This record gives sequence, structure tokens and C-alpha cells, in this order.
Amino acid sequence: MVWRGGSDGAFQEFEVPRYASQTVLDVVTHIQRALDPTLAYRYACRVGMCGTCAMTVNGVARWTCRTHIDKVAKDGALEIAPLRNLPVIRDLVTDMGEFFDKWAKARGCFEGTATRKDDFAKVTPESPGRVQVDAAIECIGCGVCYASCDVVTWNPDYLGPAALNRAWTLVNDTRDLANAKRLRAVAGDAGCHACHTHVSCTERCPKHISPTAGIAGLKRAVVKAALRGEL
Amino acid sequence: MTFRNETLLWMLQRASAAVLVLCVVVHLATMIYAIRGGLSAGEILGRTRGSYGWLAFYSVFVLACAVHVPIGMRAVLSEWLAWRSGSRDIALVVFAALLAALGMRAVMGVFL
Repeated sequence: MVWRGGSDGAFQEFEVPRYASQTVLDVVTHIQRALDPTLAYRYACRVGMCGTCAMTVNGVARWTCRTHIDKVAKDGALEIAPLRNLPVIRDLVTDMGEFFDKWAKARGCFEGTATRKDDFAKVTPESPGRVQVDAAIECIGCGVCYASCDVVTWNPDYLGPAALNRAWTLVNDTRDLANAKRLRAVAGDAGCHACHTHVSCTERCPKHISPTAGIAGLKRAVVKAALRGEL
Repeated sequence: MTFRNETLLWMLQRASAAVLVLCVVVHLATMIYAIRGGLSAGEILGRTRGSYGWLAFYSVFVLACAVHVPIGMRAVLSEWLAWRSGSRDIALVVFAALLAALGMRAVMGVFL
């Protein structure tokens, strides 16, 4: 069963042959190439790097290129839908604009002062900040966490796990100088304080990142800044 | 409401939660002791009336509830009923005052 149309669309049934090591993306690609060329979906790298192929598979947001059918559909039946919490453009394609706009709202852009004439910043791998960054930096922006987050559903202004995780990596980047502004951007009802620690983002993240831990870190950082009068 | 006030509300809710953890444990232990010990209502009142210790303890308990509950309700009203306007916060201030007043009335009922 594959979602067709916009948000008011419906599921359409297709029969797809099974073969070894078949992924959900393989199934969708087979449908488009062999059964219905009008099916809209999005992918690029096929190897879990680009973060474009995420969809809702049997009710769970997943990266489809690295999701084997054996893992998610033991009886051979699949229900493939677009990601939750994002506007549906058509079929399996969602509009990711709002998702990435929230990265910008969370000040997810590095702001340093060094120029090419300056020497490299020295950040040791063992430094506490760098350890935190290492744990969170591998995000591929697939939107699985955002689609899995109930707080995003309930509070459309909520920045979401990915944007807050990105902010957390920059809060721990000793070269970045925009943290006062960043902590203001991620505080409050639309930011880290809205998180209820449901941990769905951490449970579903295909890169095994824990945005929940990053958001908890942001809560601590915001409170410390508030107590120091720097917020 | 600004991010500073939002942060302050979050801190107040966490701080009041920490107080409530202690209060609930002491309250439950006291209730179990009173019931299992077979104390009558008259005997309980005999211990609470005029006791400034119990007055202080239950006053803190009530005031922590009056702080904690409306802040939690604020999130529930926002997320479940999409009530995010200023009227929500006014209603919650009234609700907090009501909780505090009714709670303190009950506390004074066993103190006086």
C-alpha cells in the first residue's frame, strides 16, 4: 500500500516481487519504474548518507534505503506513506522547507570570527565539548526525528529534535561565538523547554544520535545562562 | 511571553517538582503511619492543631502545588486545546490563586 496524492490522498495497492536484501526504497523504485511512473518520491545517495529518502513505513518513520523488507514486513505487506508532521507535496514527497527553516531559527549556522589568515583552532578530541559534538554531529537531516516527535504535532512552532540537536553541537563548539543569541533562540515554548522527553527521536534516529540528550543539555545551558543573567 | 519568562516558568516547575517529591514522600509516610497506627480523627487533629511544624510543612506543600500544577496545565492547554493566547495565562493565574486559597483553607482547617 503506497500513499498517493496530497494530504487528502489515499493508499493505493501494488504487487511487487520479493528478492534477497530488498530495501523499502527498492520497492518504491520498482513501483515507479515498472508499475506506475507517476509515483513521486525522493532519494539520492541510496547508502544512508544524504537523508532524502525517509518515509513512514508501516507507521514508523525510517530511512528507506537502509531498511530491509525482512526487518519491517515479515508477512510481506508494506504500508508506505510520507513523513508525518510535514506538508505533503505529492505521494511520498514532503515539503522539508519548514523543517530546515527551523534549523535557521535555532541559529544552526556556525558563527566564528577567524579568517583564513588565522591559525587552525586547536580542539582536542578528548575535550568535553568535542565529546558532546562527536555524539551529535552525524545528523544527515533526514527528518525521521521530526516526523516521530509528538510535541511537533501538538505545537507546530516547536523547533524539533534535529534543529535543537544542531544548536547543541554549536553550543559545544569552542570556535563559535553566537551562543548567547543561540540560547535565546532555543529557550522557551517553541524551543528546548517544550520537549517532554518522550525519546521517540532518539529511538528512531537512523544514525543513533540522541537529540533527547542534546535537548537536555540545552535546557541546562539555558538555565545556567539565565542564572548568570546572560539570557 | 518572552523566552526569559518561559525559562523562568520552566525553572519554577522543576524547583517546585523537587519540593513536591519530598512533600509527597513525607505526606504518604505520615498517612500510612496514622492509618496503620489506628489514630482517630480526633487524635490526628490533636497533633496538628497549634503545630507550627505541620503548618509550615503543609503550607510549603500547598504553595508548591499552586506553582507546579498551573505551569503543567499551561503545556496541556497549549498542546491539547491549542489555547495559547494571553487569556490562557490569566485563567491559569486565577487557577493558581484558587489552588493556593483552597489548599491553605484546608491547612488552616487542621491547624486552628
